[in-house]
Amino acid sequence: MIKTLILGFLVGLVATVAAAYYVPVVDQHRESSFISVSPNGGNTESFRISIPADRIMIGAPRQAEPLPLGLQWPADESFDGVRVELFKLRNKQDTVVGVASRMVADSESIEDSIEWVLHIPARGTFYAVMPAQPGDGVRRVGKLRAGTREFRPMQGELSERWVPNTYDDEVDAPDGHIELVTSFTGTFSDDVTDSAMTEGVL
Amino acid sequence: MIKYVTGLLLGIVLGVLAAAALLYFNPLAARNPLSPLSVSNNNILSLGYSAVPTDSIVFTNNGESRVQPHPEKVRELWEAPLRRTEVLVTTLRDSRNNLAGIGIKYSSDSEDTRIINGEALVDSAWHIHLVERGSLFVEQTENYWNFLRKIVLPAYWSTANHWKGVWNGNMTVGPGALGTAAVTGGTGEFAGLESEAVEALKASAYSVAQGPVAVEGHLTIDITGNVGMTASDRVDR
Repeated sequence: MIKTLILGFLVGLVATVAAAYYVPVVDQHRESSFISVSPNGGNTESFRISIPADRIMIGAPRQAEPLPLGLQWPADESFDGVRVELFKLRNKQDTVVGVASRMVADSESIEDSIEWVLHIPARGTFYAVMPAQPGDGVRRVGKLRAGTREFRPMQGELSERWVPNTYDDEVDAPDGHIELVTSFTGTFSDDVTDSAMTEGVL
Repeated sequence: MIKYVTGLLLGIVLGVLAAAALLYFNPLAARNPLSPLSVSNNNILSLGYSAVPTDSIVFTNNGESRVQPHPEKVRELWEAPLRRTEVLVTTLRDSRNNLAGIGIKYSSDSEDTRIINGEALVDSAWHIHLVERGSLFVEQTENYWNFLRKIVLPAYWSTANHWKGVWNGNMTVGPGALGTAAVTGGTGEFAGLESEAVEALKASAYSVAQGPVAVEGHLTIDITGNVGMTASDRVDR
């Protein structure tokens, strides 16, 4: 009886420790990434944000109809030139894959700019800064400043373009969408390659 | 036969409990080291915020957590790729408690989490704009193990479903080798900045029903070599 009790104790102890070591506590849901190789090198991936469906927040002073309802933007005058928007981010197949923030600062002391942070939980986050005025009148292009995890070894650009809806006959059609296109070059880190080999992808 | 099966099952239960206690009281996981920036002579930018969701401009998550989104009508992150992600939009205050800017914090549970190592990891990123000064991006891995162990679990075990006390902890454990966050400047006086930061929490009340009741966050950012100090940046250390 005592020997069986001790055996059970050891089995319970080892099994729990092994489970704590091997069983993943967190398994982020992954959607396929639709990345294409550019003819001049690097890779391209496009994301979209449907407006107004994907807009979570508009942070701006004195809004008649704040989004979300009940939002309290700082009343301080120094925040008048700051506009912050928060969105859900979709991939090429219109599936939500992340969240993104767009920050516009209109200030005399800082050069006007538009900043994007795209956070894709299963892959990482990246930060890009672009000029306030579109270079060709349509598309703003900004440099990737920083990236985490999958995006850490990357360099390149992010472009932003507003695409208005053309389906006027659809009552519930969105106003349009923001198209974000990344154009990155870089090398896969050892971590990514190792994990891909472990999973049999490479 | 029944005697042996009962003994085996009882042993397994005791073994599981012993392992759980070992993980919970693991002394090697109870580290809460001093932030390397707190003993640095570099120029430090200090930013504080309330980590209580109802004090924020916007807080959203999957809507099923005990910590409810704020304001009530905000869109929730219910889609499968976002279900383990939270977003906090908050005002940031300088060391003199003046409004300094806006910060957006993205936090997603990390797949590197290993309970056996005392790691409840969160991959987080701050998108910060300081009015009239410029913007920053802060990337970090945070470890919430001590926060869970010292605050959240005691709140659940309390008959009042509440925890009260004083707890200070550095949350940042990477990606810097010394357990610091990576900072990248974006615009204004921070353009070109490559630096380090540490985020800490100071908790005094936590409720099972509401989540954080009195918790303050604090970002300490090294701005040496890039940025002119303002009087409100300086921290008495």
